[in-house]
Amino acid sequence: MKKIIEVEHLRKVYGHTVAVEDISFHVAEGEIFGLLGPNGAGKTTTVECLQGLRRPDAGRLHVLGLDPQSDGRELRRQIGSQLQDSALPDRMRVWEALDLFSSFTPNSPDWREIMEQWGLTEKRKSSFSRLSGGQRQRLFVALALMNNPRVVFLDEMTSGLDPAARRTAWDLIRAIRDRGTTVVMVTHFMDEAERLCDRLGIVDDGRLTALDTPQGLIATYAGQVRVVFSTDHADLSWLQSVPNVLRVSRQGPRVQVEGTGPVLARVAAALVERGVLPVDLHLEQPSLEDVFLSITGHTIQE
Amino acid sequence: MRTLLKMTWIELKLFVREPVTMVFTFALPLIFLFVLGGIFGTMHGEDLFRGAKPMVYYTPAYVGLVIASIGLVGLPVHFAKYRERGVLRRFRASPLHLWCIFGAQVLVSLVISSLGGILLVAVSMIGFDVTFPESPALVIAAFLPSVIAFAAIGILLGALLPTTRAAQGLGLILFIVMMMLSGSGPPPEVMSEAMERTGQVMPLYYVTRLIQEPWLGYGWNWDAFMILAGVTVVASLASLRLFRWE
Repeated sequence: MKKIIEVEHLRKVYGHTVAVEDISFHVAEGEIFGLLGPNGAGKTTTVECLQGLRRPDAGRLHVLGLDPQSDGRELRRQIGSQLQDSALPDRMRVWEALDLFSSFTPNSPDWREIMEQWGLTEKRKSSFSRLSGGQRQRLFVALALMNNPRVVFLDEMTSGLDPAARRTAWDLIRAIRDRGTTVVMVTHFMDEAERLCDRLGIVDDGRLTALDTPQGLIATYAGQVRVVFSTDHADLSWLQSVPNVLRVSRQGPRVQVEGTGPVLARVAAALVERGVLPVDLHLEQPSLEDVFLSITGHTIQE
Repeated sequence: MRTLLKMTWIELKLFVREPVTMVFTFALPLIFLFVLGGIFGTMHGEDLFRGAKPMVYYTPAYVGLVIASIGLVGLPVHFAKYRERGVLRRFRASPLHLWCIFGAQVLVSLVISSLGGILLVAVSMIGFDVTFPESPALVIAAFLPSVIAFAAIGILLGALLPTTRAAQGLGLILFIVMMMLSGSGPPPEVMSEAMERTGQVMPLYYVTRLIQEPWLGYGWNWDAFMILAGVTVVASLASLRLFRWE
């Protein structure tokens, strides 16, 4: 995979506050790359440096082969941005914004098509201030795509959206990737990161503490899965000797078996062999939440 | 170029959709015209108003007020609002040039102040028997650099003043002080020397001179023109350097 973004030892300080201590990663062409972390971890600062909106204090950055500081304008011709805390004039209409932004780059695609694609045609004559949160996000994504960008930066795109609108937004993000655009997204939502990202960096306190696919992160940092079932059999000590089983614990009828790899199949086979046939046998996968806790020692809300 | 014109057109539409700014820009100079016209309109005296009829003297000065209200209040508040709301942030992340944002504001100022100026002159001609300018071509020639100079001042204030509140406050104070001391307030003949000298520091003073003199038949005021050109250059360079997106 071709590296489209390279970050080496990025550092950014605001006064006495270190926003980004030392962050390095790369993004491959065509992937959805995510930065996950609590508020204030340095995610936004990182992507703003990548877009040439902030000057890094140290480190080397390359986006599409360009230096975001010295080639900022050229870079912004080739990327799309959806920023936190940005807005359009209250009384600007949807179609006017699309029309205006399409004039920023030569050979931009027809804004009417993009308007249609992102479901904004109905709202074309509404002014910005009258749009709902979800409609604003759709408009911002549409504006970010107006120059046929090779990379799109999405910063907390689903913050402030209701669950239904968030799911729609996820489909939109996948749609961006499916048209061949690399997506770099910043989020503090675990489920969002887990479902959407091809690769994911965990940012905590200005550092990148882990970087892998969501499944890879789970396998590395929260590798143990749990097999759970209920039974009234008194003696289950033989479960300990089943391969892949690490620990068995019991609370009344509820039994929890921690293990690795194909532990579910092993436990199921052993249970059948002994004539124990629970109806609720199931596997509990560890989630990114467990990964985050095990890496940072705190949950993302703290 | 396409972007500049599109931006200008959208900004004009946004201006029209904002009733408060519209009223302030178009109605305020008219209110001055009626109030001061009522007070001074019948006043006579060879030693006042450079010998002209009062309303002939004041009409070109009020055209200056239209220009100043856009530059001192309209533009700074507009930029501060854009900054506060994150509009500038959004523009910054696009390939848009800063000069395009500035250029659109200059063009918008030109259109709005032309409309405001024409409205004002028409009302004073119909309502107060003000005569047509002595040198109309020079009056128009004076109008353009005046608008551009105040647009540049407005952009500089907009670049420097961080919040809408600051822009409104300082803009209004500047507007009122300039209005009182730059020739659209009391006639210069009745002002103290200190007041007059303070007035000469104000850019509006030179706008008033530049527009008023060809109107009254005194011809082109090169000094005023050069000073306004200097103000434009300094304010533009400072804006480009000091502009804050957020």
